Amino acid sequence: MNMNRIFLFLILGTVAVFAGGAIEGEVEKQALNMSAIVMFLLFVGGTLGITYWAAKRTKSAKDFYTAGGGITGFQNGMAIAGDYMSAASFLGISGLVYLKGYDGLIYSIGFLVGWPIILFMIAEPLRNLGKYTFADVASYRLRQTPIRSLAAAGSIATVILYLIAQMVGAGKLIQLLFGLEYEIAVVLVGVLMILYVTFGGMLATTWVQIIKAFLLLSGATFMAVAVMSHFDFDFSALFAKAVEMRNTETLDIMSPGGLVSDPISAISLAVALMFGTAGLPHILMRFFTVSDAKEARKSVFYATGFIGYFYILTFIIGFGAIVMVFQNPAYLDMAKQAISGGSPIMGGKNMAAIHLSHAVGGDFFLGFISAVAFATILAVVSGLTLAGASAISHDLYASVFKKGKADGMAEMKVSKIATVCLGLVSILMGIAFEQQNIAFVVGLAFAIAASANFPILFLSMYWSKLTTRGAVIGGSLGLATAVALVVLGPIVWVDILGNAEAIFPYKYPALFSVTVSFVGIWFFSITDSSHDAEKEREAFEAQYIRSQTGIGAEGASEH
Amino acid sequence: MNKELVDQIKANPDYQELISKRTGFSIKLSIAMLVVYFTFILTIAFNPSALGTPLSPDSVTTVGIPIGIAIILFAFVLTGIYTKRANGEFDDLSNKIKQSIKED
Repeated sequence: MNMNRIFLFLILGTVAVFAGGAIEGEVEKQALNMSAIVMFLLFVGGTLGITYWAAKRTKSAKDFYTAGGGITGFQNGMAIAGDYMSAASFLGISGLVYLKGYDGLIYSIGFLVGWPIILFMIAEPLRNLGKYTFADVASYRLRQTPIRSLAAAGSIATVILYLIAQMVGAGKLIQLLFGLEYEIAVVLVGVLMILYVTFGGMLATTWVQIIKAFLLLSGATFMAVAVMSHFDFDFSALFAKAVEMRNTETLDIMSPGGLVSDPISAISLAVALMFGTAGLPHILMRFFTVSDAKEARKSVFYATGFIGYFYILTFIIGFGAIVMVFQNPAYLDMAKQAISGGSPIMGGKNMAAIHLSHAVGGDFFLGFISAVAFATILAVVSGLTLAGASAISHDLYASVFKKGKADGMAEMKVSKIATVCLGLVSILMGIAFEQQNIAFVVGLAFAIAASANFPILFLSMYWSKLTTRGAVIGGSLGLATAVALVVLGPIVWVDILGNAEAIFPYKYPALFSVTVSFVGIWFFSITDSSHDAEKEREAFEAQYIRSQTGIGAEGASEH
Repeated sequence: MNKELVDQIKANPDYQELISKRTGFSIKLSIAMLVVYFTFILTIAFNPSALGTPLSPDSVTTVGIPIGIAIILFAFVLTGIYTKRANGEFDDLSNKIKQSIKED
């Protein structure tokens, strides 16, 4: 009762903040704002309705973390795809295709190929061994305190880095699309995300993600079909026109460009994307929302389908933008052109898909896609925050601090407090990083996930000789190496700190940091002759049987 | 899970069949995905012009485009193949093992 009142109050407060901002924004960009704002308000209203519904069904810690474990494989596949199809990948990859053509496709393929590996190696043991977080699995037969602390550190680092990228992107995008002030946009995203997660837990977060994934896939499909209908659905005609527009005799938008230039970078990027995906805490957490291993497998099957389809759409959208947006005076940034020449579009290359939505569907569809882009950010930050809050409440509070003796209600309360704190942190970070170059953060998040989270998780499932000492030392070395190499690499050391030459020459450190992590874990495990280590090795067989057969695994809750 | 149950399951022929079949299948499919992807990415690193060859002399479409799309479809098909077999054959074996424990 009390909670519902607070909830209604917060909804009204949010709408008031938004309405206030909308009036200010109206002064700048009228026609553009209204349809986008109306559609966005519809989305916010609908999702807050879902949150209200979910809040009434979220009674236990299990409901809060895993939506009661009753999400179907199809729904979870859609939600996983939603987590993966962030605004950064929709706008960023279509922008990359717009700018460089084929390189955008290379990038998308890298993001996709981790999924089959997750299915073949990770999904099933993860579902069979875990309860709420991937640290449940990593610490299954190892010492709780050190493993949970390290896993929580890896999760929180990944989540906060990702949140910074999303918040800064959100602020800039909303500023551009809706004419709202940057700070108001960031606060708005933070407040809505806190509402979804604290009141509706995983159930609300999952449905917000599903709805957004549906809207995004529908919108992107419409754009791709609209583009193709201009060319009678003939791809070679689209490509021919795009090449003509780009006016290049060498066909360079049709072949690999400079994205991966040398073999080391190519392999390192591949390792980061593949193992990083398998170490992202907000993605791993989704496997606990389904009832059993069967549904977990279906989730990955559907997710891979949706994500693959989405990347094919972004490829068509990028080429469509070359044809319909590039050199179109309506979208040209005159001020920038006057200074640097060429034909820059308003808002930079990441706005290619947004301008294309206007070119194919007018103001109304532009409003729709803008609202979807905003919704995408909201859904992704909610999933991230829930994963971060779980690491704090389930791994640190309940397992490390309370030694596994916390009661469910207290644990849930801690997660809600953690959600509010993470929300505030991300608002502050979003504002602090507005003017910073944040090109490195998502790469760093993937590098940490690949070098600290993934090796511990993978070896805990499959390697009987793993010990606590090996996992902690190796995982920490991997984490430290990933951070150090990103700082010493070209993006931070040269582009941000202004040094002339990078100490570590490669943009992607994963190949090195993942190797350090695996070798460290191996070496410090096999040389561990303690009594505890002996017991940990003996416990492997029982764990392996459960991971393979599901005997003793967590089921769905009854209601 | 106590020691006796562990030994009992390990001695169960269904369990042994499940582990050997599924491990082999997972590894084969993983290798298939890795070989396809790394061939692609290393071609880009060592010989990018190979993917930039036009499909036909008068076409601007390069071989890299259908190859790229095919890799996306390949990844999806692999997940389908695995899911179908695991949700049928492998789950049947798991259920038989669970049944045998209940009977004892």
